[in-house]
Parts: sequence; C-alpha cells; structure tokens
Amino acid sequence: MTDAVIPAAPGRSLWGDAWNRMKANRAAMISLYFLVFMAVLCIAGPWFTPHAFTTIYQDYNRVPPSLQPYPKADKIELAVTDAVRRARVELAGWEERDSKVFITVTSAKPVDERVTRYIDRSDVFENAVVTEKSADGTRLTLSADVERKYFYFGTDNSGRDLLTRTLVAGRVSLAIGLLAGLVAVFIGVLYGATAGFTGGKTDEVMMRIVDILYALPFIFFVIMLVVFFGRNFVLMFLAVGAVLWLDMARIVRGQALSIKRQEYVQAAEALGVSRAGILLRHVVPNLLGPVVIYMTLLVPQVIILESFLSFLGLGVQEPMSSWGVLISQGAKNIPGANWLLFFPSLFLTTTLFALNFIGDGLRDALDPKDR
Amino acid sequence: MLRYVLKRFLTAIPTLFVIVTISFFLMRVAPGGPFNQEKGLNPVIKANLEKVYHLNEPLWKQYLLYLNNLLHGDFGPSYNLPDFTVGELFAAGLPISIQLGLSALVLALVIGGMLGIIAALYQNHAADYAVIATATAGSTIPTFVIAPLFQLFFALTLKWFPVGGWGDGAFVNKVGPILTLMLPQLAVVARLMRGSMIESLRAHHIRTVRAMGLSDYSVIIRHALRGALLPVISYAGPAAAALLTGSIIVETIFSIPGVGRYFVEAALNRDYTLVMGTVVVIALFTILFNLIVDVLYAVVDPRVRYD
Repeated sequence: MTDAVIPAAPGRSLWGDAWNRMKANRAAMISLYFLVFMAVLCIAGPWFTPHAFTTIYQDYNRVPPSLQPYPKADKIELAVTDAVRRARVELAGWEERDSKVFITVTSAKPVDERVTRYIDRSDVFENAVVTEKSADGTRLTLSADVERKYFYFGTDNSGRDLLTRTLVAGRVSLAIGLLAGLVAVFIGVLYGATAGFTGGKTDEVMMRIVDILYALPFIFFVIMLVVFFGRNFVLMFLAVGAVLWLDMARIVRGQALSIKRQEYVQAAEALGVSRAGILLRHVVPNLLGPVVIYMTLLVPQVIILESFLSFLGLGVQEPMSSWGVLISQGAKNIPGANWLLFFPSLFLTTTLFALNFIGDGLRDALDPKDR
Repeated sequence: MLRYVLKRFLTAIPTLFVIVTISFFLMRVAPGGPFNQEKGLNPVIKANLEKVYHLNEPLWKQYLLYLNNLLHGDFGPSYNLPDFTVGELFAAGLPISIQLGLSALVLALVIGGMLGIIAALYQNHAADYAVIATATAGSTIPTFVIAPLFQLFFALTLKWFPVGGWGDGAFVNKVGPILTLMLPQLAVVARLMRGSMIESLRAHHIRTVRAMGLSDYSVIIRHALRGALLPVISYAGPAAAALLTGSIIVETIFSIPGVGRYFVEAALNRDYTLVMGTVVVIALFTILFNLIVDVLYAVVDPRVRYD
C-alpha cells in the first residue's frame, strides 16, 4: 500500500490574499506604479536636471516652458547689447554662427581685453575670447559660446528652473506626508489601543479628551504649534502629525474593543498567554488592516495640510520648497505666468489621486466583509 | 423634543467653557505678544498699552476678566485693528461669510444629492462613472488649486467674472467663491448619497412599496430618499459650521472681506481677543449645527426619538 502524500495546501495569509485582490484592481495598481514612479522621479530627478533648484538665472526670469533650448534669437541680441553696454564700449556689429557669437566692439580709446568678462557675466554666453584686434586697439572682435539651457517647465520670478524646483518640492511634500502620517499613526495606535484594551474609566477619560480636542478649531491648533516650534521643518511636521492622530485613535479604539472580545483572545487568555503576548500576537496584527487603510488616506491629507500651511506662508521656507509653496507662488502669478501654477498643481493633484485610489483599493482588498 | 433641545443647550455650556479655557491658556503660553513688533515699541508706550488692555495683570485675572466680558456678550477690542472691537469685526464680516457659505452648502446638498441619486439609480453605468469621477476630482483637488484655476479661466481668459473683490455683494463677484467653496462639499455629498441610496434601495420596505405599485418617483423620493438622507445630514452639520464661519483660502484668493481671514492673521499677530472671538464663534456654530443635525435626524427618521 502506498501512502499517497497529499501535499498540504499552502496557507493563504490575510496579506497574501489582500495582495492578490489588490493586483486585480487596475486603478489601484496603476496608481501604485504611478506613485512609485513619482517618488523615484522626485528623489532622483533633481540630480539629473541641468540646474540646481537654488540657481538664479537673472537673464531668464519668468521664461515660459519650452522644449527648445534657450536663449531664443531675440534674447541673444538683447544679451549682446546689454553686455556691451555694461562694458561701456560701442557695438559695431555681431553675428551668430554654429552656436557661437562674434561681437565686434569699438571705442575711442584702446579697448581693454578684459572686456570679455562682461560677456561672460551674462547667463547667455561663456568662454568669451578675443579673436581679432585692430592695430591701434580701438576695435576688438570677441567670440563666445552661446550657452544652451533647457527649461522644460519654464522658470519662476527669480529665474530658477521650475522643473528642478517642482521635483525638489515633491521630495519635501512626499517626505512630509510620510513622516507626519507615521507620527499620527504611531500616536493614534498607541493611544487608541491603550484606551480600547484597558477599557473602563481609563477608556472613558481618554476618549473624552479626544472629544474635546476634536471640538477645538483644528487650524488654531496647527497655528499654535507652528508658533511654538518656529518654522523648523521637521519639528513642525512632527507637530502636524501629532494633531492628526485623533481619527486614528478612534478607529483603533473601536477595533481594539471588538478584538478583545473575540474567542481567540479568550482562548489565548485561558491558555495563560501574557497580556503583552496577546497584544503582540493577536491584537496588533488584526489592527493592521484598518491602520494601513487609514494611513494611505492620511498621507494625502497631510500633503494637503502642508500645502495649505505653505500657501498661508506658515510652512516650508525659501529657498526650500514644497508643492504648496510653488502653488501659492503660482496663484500670485497667473496673469503673466500660468505655468507656475500649472506644473506644481499637476504634480500635486495626480499624486493625491494616486494615493486616494491606492487607499480605496487597499480598503477593498483588506475588507473581509467584501469576500 | 423641546426638552431635549433645552438639555442640549445646557450641556453645550460646559463644552464651550472647556474650549475657551484651553484656547485661552494655549494661546497665552505661546511666545510673543500683540505689541512685540519687529521695530520694537518704546517700553513706556508698550507698558501703557498693556495697562490699557489689562495685559499686565496676572494671567488668571485676565482669564476671569475675559470670561466675565464674554458672559456679557463683550468680545473685547481688537489689538491689531485698534479702531474696531471684535464684535464689530464679526458684525461686518460674518454676514458675508455666512451668505457665501450658506449658498455653497445649499447648492452642494441639492446638486450633490441629485448626482448621488442618479449615480445610485444607474449603478455601474456611464452616468454612475461620471458622477464618481466628478466626486473623486472634487474631493482630491485642493481649494487652493481650484480657486486660482477658476480665476485663470473664467476671470482672466473668458472675462466672465471679476478676479476678486466683494463689489458690495454683486452677483458676479460671488460666483467664484461660491463655486470653489461648493465643489469639495458637492463631491462628498454625491459620494455619500450614492452609497446610502444604493443601500436604501435594497431595503425591505422599498421592495414592499414597489410591490404595492407605487410610481418610481414616489418610491425614490418619498421612501428611499428618507432613509438615505441620514449619512448626508450627519456630514452636513460639521461641514455647515466650517463653511459658514468662512474659508481662509477662498477669502484670501478672492479678496472677500469675510471672517475667515481673521483667524490666521490674528493668531500670527497675537491678537488675543480676535483669536478668542473666532474660537468662540466657530465653537458656537459647531455646537449649533450638531444640535440641528440631531433634531433633523428625528424629523427624517421616525425611529429616532428623544423623549
């Protein structure tokens, strides 16, 4: 007789199951890929863009987005006349040939060769050299390379590259969302689980405190925290996270209350498992579902809140930047430079969309009632 | 019912008291004061100013003084807008904020409600997806993006509306602020309405009235809608309190002289009385609308009783 060995079917964990269902949700998966892409873009992107986010190009303030390199033809002429005027010499003529300019200048007195410095000082030209010199030195021909610069998203009021700034701002916004979200989850889970698991008078007092904090105008609280912590970036967002934990605490408390009455917890108690053991082995894993869902919905809230604070001028300070800062600058410049509003808004909104879809997808995937 | 309302009003008093107390002390432990300007005021003048406003007294005395004034309906003078009392500022700004907020709320409830019902009736059809898409967009795009975009397209490009300003309440000046206030609320109302209407349409009593041969209109509006309204009502309460006390973003972007702007300005300038006034007004509105929600609950759902 042969013993047919029936291989045990691999167990399906809650998370494996949830992941399978998540994979079936197209909107959520696209959003997930998009979010990863956005994160990589914002983290790595600024190293690959040709400009630093703080570099100011005085000759290029508020230039519109363009796939063609700057300077445009009319800009070169302006830059030539400008540089020559600053050098206090006469412009006799200039021409452009294979991304080089040849400028001829004259003067009543012999022209100093250091006039090239005036040409180099412009953002448009570099490597200016003297190519020809008349015998008496009053006539000079200079040549200089025209610097090709790409501003795919245009530049802002001070002449900083908006593409780089948007990506750097994305780093800040995403990091803040994650950081403050984690703080809120940490406090909320700790508080809610303690209240729910302890129960009785403690629970009542703890939840009353939450009720009162709820009734306080939220923005008042945030402003007070900003005032306390100054405009210190990290501290402030720890503070924002510390304000947003109220919902989390309520959700976790409700869950903890119901989990503690489940049979498996009673069974563990009957078997003599310690309180800490029950908490770690049974309560926390069962809490994770709602916590993860709430966290994905919390991150966009935090990003909006940060943008809102930055919009009011209370958030991230220059030269650092976040999407909120950029949008608020854009909103002030819409008549002349609508790209300043458009690109940061696009980045912020698509990220928020993606986060919302992921949150919805996770809720569907983790909700056991929905099977 | 009347007894219930009275009881609720009485329990609101300690809540309000706790809120006022916490806000008062929280604000006062924050560094700085209303007369710490960047230039630095002459110390003698500063001392005199503080004396006039009783800021030189011990904190507990100031607190009792403030409570006493508040009980007599006196919000005190504004420190940074010295020509006005806080009461006058609210008398001027609150009607404007309420008008805009109320219009936005009513529109959001009516349009959002209708969209939600349509989506529920045509579940998983094109109309449903269109409503869901609108609702997602409305609740995802922040107000401070919608408002400048509105200005860009409708005011600057099409020139249908002015970019901002109140214009003594001219209709064209109100369109932008009301629409931007409305959109996020509309999105949430439509979503809530869709969800609760789908659930409500599955209820047994709806099957019964359908079996009785009532018209679709009667089934949906008179019977299903009633049950479906409850989640919308409980959302609308706090939302109304927030809308009617003015939005900082919308009032700033559209330069509306409402009360929404005061809060941030006042808190940053340590205009203690104005901050406290705003806190009290917001808390009052919140309490009032929570009460209205509970009363409406009983009106809409006969199973809810407060006796």
